[in-house]
Amino acid sequence: MFDEWMAKYEYLIELAKDLPPIQPEYKTNEYLIQGCQSRVWLRADYQNERIVFTADSDAIITKGIIALLVRVVNNRTPHEIANINLYFIDKIGLSQNLSPTRSNGLLSMVKQIKLYGIAYYAKFKQ
Amino acid sequence: MMNAVSMQTALDIKSIRAMFPALSLSVYNKPLVYLDNSATTHKPALVIDGISDFYRTRNSNIHRGVHYLSEAATLAYEEARNKVKDFIGAQHSHEIIFTRGTTESINLVAFSYGEKFVHEGDEIIISALEHHSNIVPWQMLCERKNAKLKVLYFDQNTELHPEKLDELITPRTKLVSITWVSNLLGTVVPVKEMIEVAHAKGVPVMIDAAQAIQHFSIDVSWLDADFLAFSAHKAYGPTGIGVLYGKTEWLNQMPPYQGGGDMIETVSFEKTTYNQLPFKFEAGTGNFVDAYGMGLAIDFIRSIGIENIAAHEHQLMEYAIETLSRVENFMMVGNPANRAGAISFNLGSIHHYDVGMLLDKMGIAVRTGTHCAQPALEVLDIQGTVRASFAVYNTTQEIDALADALRFINNIF
Repeated sequence: MFDEWMAKYEYLIELAKDLPPIQPEYKTNEYLIQGCQSRVWLRADYQNERIVFTADSDAIITKGIIALLVRVVNNRTPHEIANINLYFIDKIGLSQNLSPTRSNGLLSMVKQIKLYGIAYYAKFKQ
Repeated sequence: MMNAVSMQTALDIKSIRAMFPALSLSVYNKPLVYLDNSATTHKPALVIDGISDFYRTRNSNIHRGVHYLSEAATLAYEEARNKVKDFIGAQHSHEIIFTRGTTESINLVAFSYGEKFVHEGDEIIISALEHHSNIVPWQMLCERKNAKLKVLYFDQNTELHPEKLDELITPRTKLVSITWVSNLLGTVVPVKEMIEVAHAKGVPVMIDAAQAIQHFSIDVSWLDADFLAFSAHKAYGPTGIGVLYGKTEWLNQMPPYQGGGDMIETVSFEKTTYNQLPFKFEAGTGNFVDAYGMGLAIDFIRSIGIENIAAHEHQLMEYAIETLSRVENFMMVGNPANRAGAISFNLGSIHHYDVGMLLDKMGIAVRTGTHCAQPALEVLDIQGTVRASFAVYNTTQEIDALADALRFINNIF
């Protein structure tokens, strides 16, 4: 069981290392996701009718988790993101981190991603 | 020290561990190594079974009924109060107020003492080591009264000094509220000397003993503390029950904290007169079952001996500092001469949260983050720490397991 977990963590750490860094000027409270024990910054840009996310965290496992999320939700329309079903979280065994009391704030990250989707959808109706 | 060592060998930790059902748990198929005792300790079967038994055989509301069960429950509640009184060396059982815990005890004093004695322009002094629960109630009081909150800062070793407190006190200082042991760093504060300094200037002192009560012997009469607060759940007792000790002279002058049943003498629509101590401060049905459970936790501590617990934990602390310091990248936070219960650290530049997550998967429970002491971390200029905290049932083998796990984490990053 432990080896299984370690493999998952090693994968998350790899993902974190591959995540392009967010521009330092966006590592501000404005982009900080509330509810995480480690600091997570998430920014969404609207390009060619799609949302492009950039993210960072000071904790590497958390960064790996947000990298995984970004990988799945990136380059989709606001409508898609607002309605996205992140079923894979359950499938890969991260769901135990989804309860509101878990301090890594995966729930906060998912919520923030969807909020960006809703906000851009309201703005551009796409 | 010789004394401490010989006493330590007298403790049979294996049989003590056997008294705690939760200590035989496995997490992720690994034996649980529980090093989060500053957050809450586990409970001996004596406490768990006693509470269950109470509900089966003695449950009834206290201080009201004429019937047999109510008498039995009331007696148990008041016996628990007496046990607490003896345990902390108080003079009178009416000086023991049952609360929900340390936080409520401090809020009670901040409200009731504050209502009576704190006015615009007055000052309250706390230290930079405090837990949020010994900061925020005073901030709220100061906001209400337009009073000033002053802070006693710690030195580079994270120690507090009585002479610095002496410099801070002015004729407008109405109360000093200070922790005995830092929940973040384990720093033991010389509270006896702090109280002497404050009393020399006529200022009463409240002691937050939440991280002290479980680690060493406390005698409020010797200490001459005006108020002292602690929770049962950090000292092998149940959650949801704690104590405010207060000197009679202060408690009698303070208005009630909450209104309701039990705290009154007579009620009419025109005027209510209040009950005597301690009931004046215990509005509503008290948590009598957990008060009883707290009494059982005191029985447990007494059966081991608080001096023996202190000696064992002192040895564990020395062993932990020595063993963990040999781990590459191990950086202890704070360097007090006298430390109890907890050590805080970081592992190089690895985020404390990453360390905690990985330790968890290896079956080791620690706490990570700001530990409800954000101002202290701000002074130290760090984001957070990993905290390992000890109880009487912890072993040197568990510290070895922590050291091995930290080495493993070092290799991942």
